[in-house]
Amino acid sequence: MAIATTAPARAAVVNRPRVGVVKFASCDGCQLTILDLEDELLALTDRFEFVEFAEATSRRSSGPFDVLFVEGSISSPEQAVEIARLRAATRTLVTIGACATAGGIQALRTAAEHEAFRAAVYPSPAFVESLAVASPVASYVNVDAELRGCPIDAHQLVELLTAVTTGRRPQLPDQAVCLECKRRGLECVVVTRGEPCLGPVTATGCGAICPGMGRGCYGCFGPREGANVDGLARWFIDGPAMGELAPGDVGRLFAGFTGAAPIFREVTDRLEGRPLIQLQPAGAYPAELAAHTPPRWASDARETPDA
Amino acid sequence: MHEVKGGRTSDLRFQVQNLTRVEGEGSLHLLVRDGAVAEAHLQIFEAPRYFEALVAGRTPNEVIDIVSRICGICPVAYQMSAVHAFEDLLGVEVEPTTRALRRLLYCAEWIESHALHIYLLHAPDFLGYPSAVEMAKDHQQLVADGLRLKQVGNHLLALLGGRAIHPVSVRVGGWSRAPRKARLQAMQPALHEALRLARATVDVALSLTPPVFEREPRLVALHNPREYPMNEGRIISNDGLNLAPQAWGEAFHEIQVPWSNALQARGSDNLPYLLGPAARIVLDNEQLHPLAREALAASGALESIRVNPYRSIVARAIELVHATADAIDIVDAYVPPERPAVEWTARPGTAAWATEAPRGLLFHRYEIGEDGKIAAATIVPPTSQNQAAIEADVAAFAPRVLDLPMDVATHQLEQLIRAYDPCISCATHFLDLSIQRAPA
Repeated sequence: MAIATTAPARAAVVNRPRVGVVKFASCDGCQLTILDLEDELLALTDRFEFVEFAEATSRRSSGPFDVLFVEGSISSPEQAVEIARLRAATRTLVTIGACATAGGIQALRTAAEHEAFRAAVYPSPAFVESLAVASPVASYVNVDAELRGCPIDAHQLVELLTAVTTGRRPQLPDQAVCLECKRRGLECVVVTRGEPCLGPVTATGCGAICPGMGRGCYGCFGPREGANVDGLARWFIDGPAMGELAPGDVGRLFAGFTGAAPIFREVTDRLEGRPLIQLQPAGAYPAELAAHTPPRWASDARETPDA
Repeated sequence: MHEVKGGRTSDLRFQVQNLTRVEGEGSLHLLVRDGAVAEAHLQIFEAPRYFEALVAGRTPNEVIDIVSRICGICPVAYQMSAVHAFEDLLGVEVEPTTRALRRLLYCAEWIESHALHIYLLHAPDFLGYPSAVEMAKDHQQLVADGLRLKQVGNHLLALLGGRAIHPVSVRVGGWSRAPRKARLQAMQPALHEALRLARATVDVALSLTPPVFEREPRLVALHNPREYPMNEGRIISNDGLNLAPQAWGEAFHEIQVPWSNALQARGSDNLPYLLGPAARIVLDNEQLHPLAREALAASGALESIRVNPYRSIVARAIELVHATADAIDIVDAYVPPERPAVEWTARPGTAAWATEAPRGLLFHRYEIGEDGKIAAATIVPPTSQNQAAIEADVAAFAPRVLDLPMDVATHQLEQLIRAYDPCISCATHFLDLSIQRAPA
């Protein structure tokens, strides 16, 4: 027998907080970070009752939730309705990741670009329901706490869960990636390689991953409170260390996964980092050509039930 | 799953709402008329994010960072198809060490993704639990082993890429930083443990009894005579296709169906085809690592992997053996490159490539303009390509379960869909089951 059955005694915790994990428009990477807590996962389920987590369990719940983790940006009309329903069913709503907290990369599209974007991807755009702009969750409902990052950081997630169980405020740093770099003793990629880096204006939480891997920070955790974004952009354009960066190139630096954050977007727009681009229409075939009967395997298939 | 009213009064409609233990959001809808399945729709309503439009105006290295965000489970796959496409167009010859390291990064992602699917998403179906957490109450060691395997994959990803999800080190020409030999060598005890767990996983997968179901699928995968396909190979099929990795569009096309936010891909004859671990095992088993080939031979499961989609869990387990064993060999042979990346110069033209994501062949095509930036992009994820195959299998399998109690029918159909490990975020750039039944 390949599978041993064991029934270990597990601590029974009464009144475990009811936790939900839901997603809107996103890559699933942030909720995957929960499943990536391999060492803590089973212990966590002793402390918290995951009543809704569609990626991990077939048990479903529509609430109420003591804590709800929300991944993804609000990008379709149905999602706008659903987030309001979830808010009403939740005590502590925590947005997780760049999509939920800042809109994500998809929030770079402007209302003016929406139709062109739909037509560039779908031959029959009318079948696809999406809002003109993708927005952070806080644009629709009140948010109690947020974990930033693209993806979120596992340590910050554990800190937040611990804070929730003990009823204290989570300790989430609001310092620049630069400080983290100095603490780790990493060499500065701007100074030594002339590579642009958003470390001075980006909130840490990642542990300065990019400089640690020999490249500039691209802003996953979003702008730090009071960051001098303009000054950094100007220095990239005019500063002696940077070689030949055109204003548009510098504008694009800020147009990343948190590029819809107002102070990043302002710089991108001013420097014309994302000019309107004439997009080619979708190369796929339109829906009218799709057969409505189910696809079949080739005629010699064994799948045909005995007729 | 529940019956829903509507349409002709003689029709029976069934709907499985919000498929669980899949990546992303989708449903399954079936219309049964005169006892036969008239419609089988995999409804993918994951909101579109328009990646192909978002990459316009970006440089190749920016694209590598952006497309990884299509999927949190297989970001490396997106980075790999993109970087190979660009280097192919730009004529960049990477160092042999870079080639080996990219394969190692891909092995790490296959380990993480396959372990996640086998232990957390799919095994609970066979053993009758709603989740791995519930399964752990009776099978604690089993779940612990699966989590450990997944963890080793994630640790290797983080070592090579800075973090497991959306790693940052892949650049056109090579790496932003290549790892030191000692740090990689320090992974070897964990990788040997993972290899042992992977071999045990094959036994676990073989012990899980699949529902009886056979069909003759058309299988498509990359093929490389020198190695099991990941980064490089030609596109082949079990019915004689043989194409360069840039030439996907010559044999396949995408089509928009009204019930899905994900484009579906079909062969030029409009017929479905299947990608992924089962296709690779069938088409490429001679290139498996000797330890994986040995495990496949001992399992005697090659034919059942080909004809029964529920056996994909065995295919994934054998690929776990391959990926862990291959990773060990790559680490042993690793010599750090003299410089992490080679120089390159932008050039206009068409960049295209296909690599093998954990879920199957992932094709990218980019038009690069005179300014060195992306003018147009086509990204065809494996789940988009597998949608029609999934619908064909559901249509073929459903008549066997329609007379069973509703909860049993639902369970087997959901389990069937999970067998493809659909990645819905990828495909929309997906599941709920509905069956609509028209009595005879």
